[in-house]
Amino acid sequence: MPLAQLLIGIGAICGVSTVLAIITMIADATIANYGEVTITINEEKDVKVAGGKPLLGSLMEEKIFIPSACGGRGSCGLCKVKVTSDVGDYLPTELPWITDEEKQDNIRLSCQLKLKKDIAIKIPDELFNVREFQTEVASLKDLTYDIKEVTLKLVEPSEINFKAGQYIQLQVPEYELSKESVYRAYSAASPPSIKDSIQLEIRLVPNGICTTYVFDHLKVGDSITINGPYGEFFLRESQRDIVFIAGGSGMAPIKSILHDMQEKSISRNATYFFGARSVRDLFLVDEMKGLEKALSNFRFVPALSEPLEEDNWKGETGLITEVLDRHLKSGENTEAYLCGSPGMIDASVKALTANGIPEELIYYDKFA
Amino acid sequence: MNQGIAFYAIFFAAIFTNNILLTNYLGMCSFLAVSREVKTSQGLGMAVTFVLAVTSVLNWLAYRYILLPLDLVYLRYIVFIVIIAAFVQLLEMIIERVSDQLYSSLGIFLPLITVNCAILGVSLFMVIRNYTLINSFFYGLGSGIGWALAIISMAGIRQKMAKSRVPKGLAGAGITLIIAGLMALAFMGFSGMIKIT
Repeated sequence: MPLAQLLIGIGAICGVSTVLAIITMIADATIANYGEVTITINEEKDVKVAGGKPLLGSLMEEKIFIPSACGGRGSCGLCKVKVTSDVGDYLPTELPWITDEEKQDNIRLSCQLKLKKDIAIKIPDELFNVREFQTEVASLKDLTYDIKEVTLKLVEPSEINFKAGQYIQLQVPEYELSKESVYRAYSAASPPSIKDSIQLEIRLVPNGICTTYVFDHLKVGDSITINGPYGEFFLRESQRDIVFIAGGSGMAPIKSILHDMQEKSISRNATYFFGARSVRDLFLVDEMKGLEKALSNFRFVPALSEPLEEDNWKGETGLITEVLDRHLKSGENTEAYLCGSPGMIDASVKALTANGIPEELIYYDKFA
Repeated sequence: MNQGIAFYAIFFAAIFTNNILLTNYLGMCSFLAVSREVKTSQGLGMAVTFVLAVTSVLNWLAYRYILLPLDLVYLRYIVFIVIIAAFVQLLEMIIERVSDQLYSSLGIFLPLITVNCAILGVSLFMVIRNYTLINSFFYGLGSGIGWALAIISMAGIRQKMAKSRVPKGLAGAGITLIIAGLMALAFMGFSGMIKIT
């Protein structure tokens, strides 16, 4: 009995599973098969892609890059696209990012929108200029214990044109922490005058897919793919005084802007508040001091929120918002540029508006 | 076979007197998690009803024509779960095709129907109680409607409650469980009207 019983048991379970598997496979080939879908971009270009996938990823495969900081998880709300054909109602995952005005314009989050039929979209022309670059890691340098400076040499195409303050997306290939390649946004720290390479400042996020890759796997000489440039974070042309605020790796775009100002001899009054916890979180202080000499009206104000005793810190202390309150005399004729974590940005915007800087003159890059 | 009870008695019993959720407390996980909005809970309720009605028939057929004749009754958990899983997979594909709205609002709870214990519970109860095919179908359908009824009423109450002041320590799962208990008490008012075992 045991052997026969065993075989019957196995046979029955296998039989049931096989039938179910076949049914599911047939369903996958019919119900879940959306065929080929045409995306019409700006009424001039048609691209054909496989249906059923999100718009953002499908455009990316066609080398059209919509800016996105989170890589399509629906958590940054950047990948907005104007849709001119009917694609159904807003999804609950889109709504937190869409304002009422954007609803009127039928602006959608392209990472949430699954392609099921032909679609027509409008994107800004400059996104056509966004390109993919093959690069090679030229150097890796520790700026602090948790921030690395990564210099990428451009291979193909060999030059990049961007505005100081803009960012690129770095493609992390598949590796042990991630089954598919993902994209993460990093601001250029090098000035636009350096066209054949780009410098990034990357801060270690514990268990972050990209930062773990950069800290534990990336070596000099490795190939890496980036795309860009993106972003509205660049110095506006005006005669106003400038307040820069950054913390940690938020240094990058500000550094790029400052070098750009130096090269273009822009001598507007500028103050750079750099927030850190203690001395071990400070970096590039010498370079900033050098810029103070090169730019006559520029001041670098590092502020520590929790200086250690052995730091012997003589400079500013306190949260960046407290330092701002002490330094900002009046917000008249001032504009502000902020880069850092959402918490720091929100607090700083509050402190700035309280000191009389209107919200429309506060520009920022939020990196969650 | 238990021929004693008419299918309509089983059907109504499954909805009211023997509501799978409120008398057996099966399927609580999604009941607590997806009962914030009436609209979403309607979607989930419909999905669960559909899965229950169909899987009770499929599982009955598998039990009657495969497991019983081959003397493999002790494999019923594996077979039932595999059938439920495959069916939910199909349902997921269908919902994704038909409604992005429903698909994205049900989110993770759609695949979790696979392990909704109400669904395995119905299949096991119907086997234990020796129901006929017709009775099983109506038992599954009734249980599904009963489950949907319970989650939709809960969502209605919770939507109203969003504006009321719940003591801090009870907010969230605590008050929801208390309400579920009160609803169960209310449903006890139906008990004794029909007896099914």
